[in-house]
Amino acid sequence: MLEILSYEFIQNAIIAGLLVSFAAGIIGSLIVVNRMVFLAGGIAHAAYGGIGIAIFTGIPIFLGTSIFAVIAALLMALVTINQRDKIDIFIGLIWAVGMAIGIIFIDLTPGYNVDLMGYLFGSILAVNDSDLYFMGFLFVVILLVVTFKYRYILAVSYDSEYAGLSGINVKFYYTLILVLSALTIVVTMKIVGLILVIALLTIPIYIAQNISSSLYSMMIISGFIASFFTMVGLYLSYTFDLTSGASIILVSAFSLIVFMIISKLRKKS
Amino acid sequence: MQINKNLLVVEIENLSFAYDKELVLEDINLNVYDKDFLVLIGPNGGGKSTLVKLVLGINHIQDGSIKILNKPVGKSIPSVGYVAQNTNININFPIKVIEVVMMGDNSRISSVFGYKKEEISHAMEILRQVGMQDFAKQKISSLSGGQRQRVMIARALYSNPKILLLDEPTSSIDVEGQKQIYELLKELNKKVCIIVVSHDLSITLEYATKVAHINKKLSYHDLNSLKKEFDTNSGHICEVELLEMLSRHRC
Repeated sequence: MLEILSYEFIQNAIIAGLLVSFAAGIIGSLIVVNRMVFLAGGIAHAAYGGIGIAIFTGIPIFLGTSIFAVIAALLMALVTINQRDKIDIFIGLIWAVGMAIGIIFIDLTPGYNVDLMGYLFGSILAVNDSDLYFMGFLFVVILLVVTFKYRYILAVSYDSEYAGLSGINVKFYYTLILVLSALTIVVTMKIVGLILVIALLTIPIYIAQNISSSLYSMMIISGFIASFFTMVGLYLSYTFDLTSGASIILVSAFSLIVFMIISKLRKKS
Repeated sequence: MQINKNLLVVEIENLSFAYDKELVLEDINLNVYDKDFLVLIGPNGGGKSTLVKLVLGINHIQDGSIKILNKPVGKSIPSVGYVAQNTNININFPIKVIEVVMMGDNSRISSVFGYKKEEISHAMEILRQVGMQDFAKQKISSLSGGQRQRVMIARALYSNPKILLLDEPTSSIDVEGQKQIYELLKELNKKVCIIVVSHDLSITLEYATKVAHINKKLSYHDLNSLKKEFDTNSGHICEVELLEMLSRHRC
């Protein structure tokens, strides 16, 4: 059991899993309390366009995907801030167009033979050093923003109308949350893949929401729960030779069901 | 000349407002003084919410002027404590009562994470005023509608405003809770001017000292003088009586 820890790719996988889990815990909490889950799903799928463009142009995939996801997030912020009633249409549009762009660019790439499954379902066992630096950097940025702007983010998330009335720049914080979400989605895709990003950004948060009394504790508890899911999923994936992303998500979903049953039983007794 | 003159807190002059080309408010004039308990009534679409939005600076003034404490309406609302109509938003948000109260004044926010000691003691003081001090550490989701409304009032009072503006404050509360909220407002009225937007005439008028009826135009009535004209032994005015009064005094 312990000897698997001596492999470098396993070490990288563990570090990446922990960094991404805590980032997902913090940002996922913001996504859930701001009711942006569908928005985040849109960004995740639109980010596929970035993958396609990155493969076509040969720029690093993380970089290309990040830029594209951030653009998608800014676009979402722009169209949804002023036209809340049309939010569903815009999200659906950006969601589908982003994916279509990705597919077309991959079609256009000569001799393309990259394993698409890696992007759809994640490849935590293929994390390299530069990926780790990117994840570490993003995690530090998220920590700094949340530490220094916590009160403002809390005010905007809880009651954006009142926050706006009391002089907080709601549009700025709304956009900031979306951009950080976009970047977190990109790194989370590396771990669980495009299809399953939303699960890791919501399942741990749902459990944490029920046992937290503040946004701050919800973020931390979500981080620990997500880390637990990622590590158990990683272990199962390695031991039984299963796809890592799918294993992590199934561990999460199973835990959620257990949690719901336990809380129901406790309520009854 | 009145010697003990009340302080003028809101001064609205010749205010008109139109959405596109449809006039919603026409030539509104209204003075509100610091001891007033004013109720704004009027039909849906009559312009109540528009007037509130203008006072809060959400809508921009097109014609006329609004002065609050002698200053033109600006973006921020430290001198107006505002309680919005819908307090059922984000009920499951993981947040403690005291944290909600401390959102009432951003100028007190320090740049780093956490709350200052004086913020917490000030918030506790305000919670005591609304009778919610025992709930400070509870999650907002564990409160009843009436209790949550008290917390929202506490948040509005946190910045020590001269005016407390409430938009349909009891629309989602049961009858007993409504009475308690108005009792609280009556108590608070000793220190701040209260302006309530409501369509619930019977309960509001038991507590109000002034009433303004808005339906594009505004007609204003001092209830203290009106009440004397009617025999209200019970101290309670019913809606029929009120409508009668209003029609008599229509200018």
